[in-house]
Amino acid sequence: MEKALLKNYGNAETHKIDVYIAGGGYVALASAMKMQSDQIIQLVKDSGLRGRGGAGFPTGLKWSFIPKDPTIPKFLCCNADEGEPGTFKDRGIIDFDPHLLIEGMIIASFAFGASKSYIYIRGEFAFGAKRLETAIKEAYQKGFLGKNILGSGFAHDMYVHRGFGAYICGEETALLESIEGWRAQPRKKPPFPALSGLYGKPTVINNVETLSCIPAIISRGAKWFSSIGPEKSPGPKIFGVSGHVKKPGLYELPMGTTIRELIFDHCGGMSSDRPLKAVIPGGVSAPMLNANDLDTKLDFDSLASKGSMLGSGAVIVMDSSTCMVKTAYIINRFFSHESCGKCTPCRDGTPWLTKVLKRLEHGEGRIGDVELLERLCSNIFGRTFCPLGDGAVMALRGFIKNFREEFQYHVDNKKCKAA
Amino acid sequence: MSEIFSKVKNEIAAVLDKYPNGRSAVMDVLRIAQEANGGHLTKEALGEIAALLDMRPVEVNAAAAFYTMYRIQKPAGRHHIWVCRNISCSLLGAEHIIAYLERALRIKTGETTADDKFTLSTAECLGSCGTAPMMQIDDDYYENLTESKIDEILAEKGLK
Repeated sequence: MEKALLKNYGNAETHKIDVYIAGGGYVALASAMKMQSDQIIQLVKDSGLRGRGGAGFPTGLKWSFIPKDPTIPKFLCCNADEGEPGTFKDRGIIDFDPHLLIEGMIIASFAFGASKSYIYIRGEFAFGAKRLETAIKEAYQKGFLGKNILGSGFAHDMYVHRGFGAYICGEETALLESIEGWRAQPRKKPPFPALSGLYGKPTVINNVETLSCIPAIISRGAKWFSSIGPEKSPGPKIFGVSGHVKKPGLYELPMGTTIRELIFDHCGGMSSDRPLKAVIPGGVSAPMLNANDLDTKLDFDSLASKGSMLGSGAVIVMDSSTCMVKTAYIINRFFSHESCGKCTPCRDGTPWLTKVLKRLEHGEGRIGDVELLERLCSNIFGRTFCPLGDGAVMALRGFIKNFREEFQYHVDNKKCKAA
Repeated sequence: MSEIFSKVKNEIAAVLDKYPNGRSAVMDVLRIAQEANGGHLTKEALGEIAALLDMRPVEVNAAAAFYTMYRIQKPAGRHHIWVCRNISCSLLGAEHIIAYLERALRIKTGETTADDKFTLSTAECLGSCGTAPMMQIDDDYYENLTESKIDEILAEKGLK
């Protein structure tokens, strides 16, 4: 498969606009601007593209929710707040191919009439933020941004907004609150951002990888995209593999690639002689799978049918030396650290889970602790304002479901079975 | 602090231009002020930012306190080291990296060296999982860490 998203990954020159243009860049923008906006939205719908940030919502449909009234200002926000542990794919695009993202954003903005866009990038990505700012400046100089883009009469301004250390900003309404200068706590939905988003105006929030698919869909067509991978979950996908494999890193492969193919054909297999114990297929919120699930396909629907999710496509591989209690503790500590404090089940529940997991890990587990964890999970799941609390629970339930005896071993023996 | 603000006047004007109101620029202005003040924000600076952006001081404080990368009141060392300790780094030995740094710097996590050169903190996933274990020093990422690599990096940053 010819790469569409990572074709410039690792290249030291492609972040420069002239190099990007020499490689065929901004041709898709010129083609798109000769199309009607409805045609572009239809094309994206036909491609079957689903959001790569984690939720998998159909992108074209999302764009079509934006009101058509040209007198209402509209916004596009690119979610580059990549923070789900295990996830490092968007950084791969931002650092090496910032114009791919920018081109996709201009096309998207033209399609639903956004006059301004913000790229919300996590604060730690200082290098990427500078890359994007320089690239945006170059795009203005070439007439791809600003007034009357490519003589079309369409005007668009693009800005970088830097986060400063808060995972919750990846939740789309918290992201909007953050741009507006408030504490980044999620908003009540409805109203959905398509009607009342940034500054109360219609807003689309799309992930970096989603928007970076757009130029290729314009150039190569909806059929090209929809013919890759499963019918209902098509396209090229970036998988970010980390943990106990020989060659961790980013891999652009068809949706629907199996976990086994990814680990053993592309990543060179396990990093040692120790066998595989568990795989988290989509960032830490995604319930884990075990060694019996390796033929599961990595796409939205196949993973959902296994009770897990594709999430961000961050595949974390663990070998037999991994203590499941310790790993569950580390993951849960993340969620309680990042809980924004808005709603009680998450604010109070996630630290409680961490406290119990910590004592299990440190050999101070009490009889009934595994059941206590399960009870706490039930009191958090489905009762929180946003998906953060649910993510913490889905992760932990996955651990307990697959390795319950290991948790119980920690309770009974005050030590670990794996290590 | 006022002196510091006049030094970064142009930078602040540029970020105010990005948004329809001052409040939206609060994160950028806090960052610029923190960088200009050697890595931390003073109470006076927060007050000045509130006046500049037409916000209540408590709102500026709330924004600054919400995000982990703002450092309020507490001065940091010249170089701030953040070691990632979440899942992918942990699977590849983050704990060992943290212990090694604590020994090399002769401080505990959360502390600053006596010569004010280094502050050591931990982070929950810095998005560099394919090159674990890793750390961030100031704006730069250091990946695929080993003990000898850490020695080199710290020497380059002036550890005696």
